[in-house]
Amino acid sequence: MGKTIRGLIFVVDDNIDTDQIIPAEYLTLVPSKPDEYEKLGSYALIGLPDRYGKFIAEGEMKTIYPIIIAGENFGCGSSREHAPIALGAAGVEAVVAQSYARIFFRNCTATGELYPWEVGDRLCDQFETGQEVTIDFEQNRLINHTLNQEYSLQPLGDVGPVIDAGGIFAYARQTGMIATKA
Amino acid sequence: MGMTLTEKILARAAGRAGVEPGDNIWVNVDLLMTHDVCGPGTIGVFKREFGADAKVWDSEKIVLIPDHYIFTADERANRNVDILRDFAHEQDIKYFYDITDRSNFKANPDYKGVCHIALAQEGHTRPGEVMFGTDSHTCNAGAFGQFATGIGNTDAGFILGTGKLLIKVPATMRFVLDGEMPNYLLAKDLILQIIGDIGVAGATYRTMEFVGTAVETMTMEERMTLCNMVIEAGGKNGVIAPDETTFEYVRSRTDKPFEAVYSDADALLYSDRHYDVTQLEPVVAKPHSPDNRALARECSDVKIDRVYIGSCTGGKTSDFLHAAEILKGHQVKVPTYIVPATQKVYEDLFTMKYDGQTLSEILLTAGCIEPAAPSCAACLGGPKDTFGRMNEPEVCVSTTNRNFPGRMGNKQSQVYLASPYTAAASALTGYVTDPREFLS
Repeated sequence: MGKTIRGLIFVVDDNIDTDQIIPAEYLTLVPSKPDEYEKLGSYALIGLPDRYGKFIAEGEMKTIYPIIIAGENFGCGSSREHAPIALGAAGVEAVVAQSYARIFFRNCTATGELYPWEVGDRLCDQFETGQEVTIDFEQNRLINHTLNQEYSLQPLGDVGPVIDAGGIFAYARQTGMIATKA
Repeated sequence: MGMTLTEKILARAAGRAGVEPGDNIWVNVDLLMTHDVCGPGTIGVFKREFGADAKVWDSEKIVLIPDHYIFTADERANRNVDILRDFAHEQDIKYFYDITDRSNFKANPDYKGVCHIALAQEGHTRPGEVMFGTDSHTCNAGAFGQFATGIGNTDAGFILGTGKLLIKVPATMRFVLDGEMPNYLLAKDLILQIIGDIGVAGATYRTMEFVGTAVETMTMEERMTLCNMVIEAGGKNGVIAPDETTFEYVRSRTDKPFEAVYSDADALLYSDRHYDVTQLEPVVAKPHSPDNRALARECSDVKIDRVYIGSCTGGKTSDFLHAAEILKGHQVKVPTYIVPATQKVYEDLFTMKYDGQTLSEILLTAGCIEPAAPSCAACLGGPKDTFGRMNEPEVCVSTTNRNFPGRMGNKQSQVYLASPYTAAASALTGYVTDPREFLS
């Protein structure tokens, strides 16, 4: 079996914008500084309405949910790269959404922080936070172990290898597109 | 088959005879803008990837604008401006609009304020060019007939080192806005109308091109309002064909040559929507989404706690002029915050007259709060001590661009997006108010 991600899910609905993913008051943290990167992670999704529950437990730096399930237009709003970075720093490995805002999707790829999977089914209405799923990269499918159901995902395509490599710079070096770092 | 304005700009920037929607192309960048929120991270990526001693690709094609978190005691925010300054000096960046004395912004002649408006006012927005910025409202510059869009730090770091970026050519959605603008409508009403029609993801991955007689008669500032908010429909860029209004604005601010391009009559469009602006009414976007449109008059029972006039979307000189037209001779019933986008706009408030009085006299006589130092301020919340930030679960009518939960601060606060006319009329009644009640 090829690459898989198995873990608990955190479920949100449509139009989760970047202010909910990482509110503007935390944007003074500079993601390229390692200690501030960690701190950004601890604030991931803190802007969500309270009805979703806590994404990161009180006093913790990381989440217990490596996979986020979302509806349409995940990551809309600002171009802040802090958004995919905060999620990645919190321990998120993949988001499975019906659709993404353009800049967020691109920032996921450019940074290699997490895999932005797209899914045709409206999983956010069927799944609940805390259920356990597996994403199977080879078969492009998602298995919900709690519900004992399988769903097909849209292939990541060219984006997959870039994120595997760790972002566009790493990918470009691996493939000889740009020179190895001096 | 012809090409759209956006396709032509991208083809030229890619050194190709033609491009089609969906093509992935490398473009040469004419200008990269970054600010205090994303600049330090962009610089971090640049240094990590190109080396501590690396030089930027072109020190005259980069614009650094501190504008987001300036007038705050937050130490990290202040440090971020220092990082920009150090980098500007190290790299000999020609366009860096610095602020060192935060206690008195007027003591900083180089300080401009909100990047998107400062870019226009300083002559950095030019027809036919390709601009990227680490801010989603970079699309504002499309008003000048150029390609302009927002990117993240990593892409911006790549541009710093190479002057190039790989992008996908967007398909164009055309919006024909015809008719003479009624005196109670502003560009903000039109863009909120459109976003309400197509939704917050209605233009994802695509260009929104605005044409028609209503657009042709608009000032550059009103055209900026249209293009500024295309990101609120998910658009990659907004664009308006340049004309004499554009050329006059640009030529009075820069000597740099530029080449205007136009959509061909037979260009392939993704969609084509027509509006008769004479049939439209003042609208608002209700909480908590920019596409949650309603007629202003339908919300007249919504009691409000404050009004906010500011930001790249609604803090330009003409936005305050429009507010003043409504406010003159009346008293506001709720705290009304005035945040000029730039230092130039601030100066205009004290020099430009309407009906015999300066704008600042009209605003202050009406009971508005003293105009604040120019910056992004509370449009996006920011540090707790940010001017005008919604620290309580209150209701605000705002001329800004987003109203997702917590955008202006408190998660329970409610923001109604509106035109400067509607915002001013609402300030006078304490309820969301159709400006026709105050316009003759």
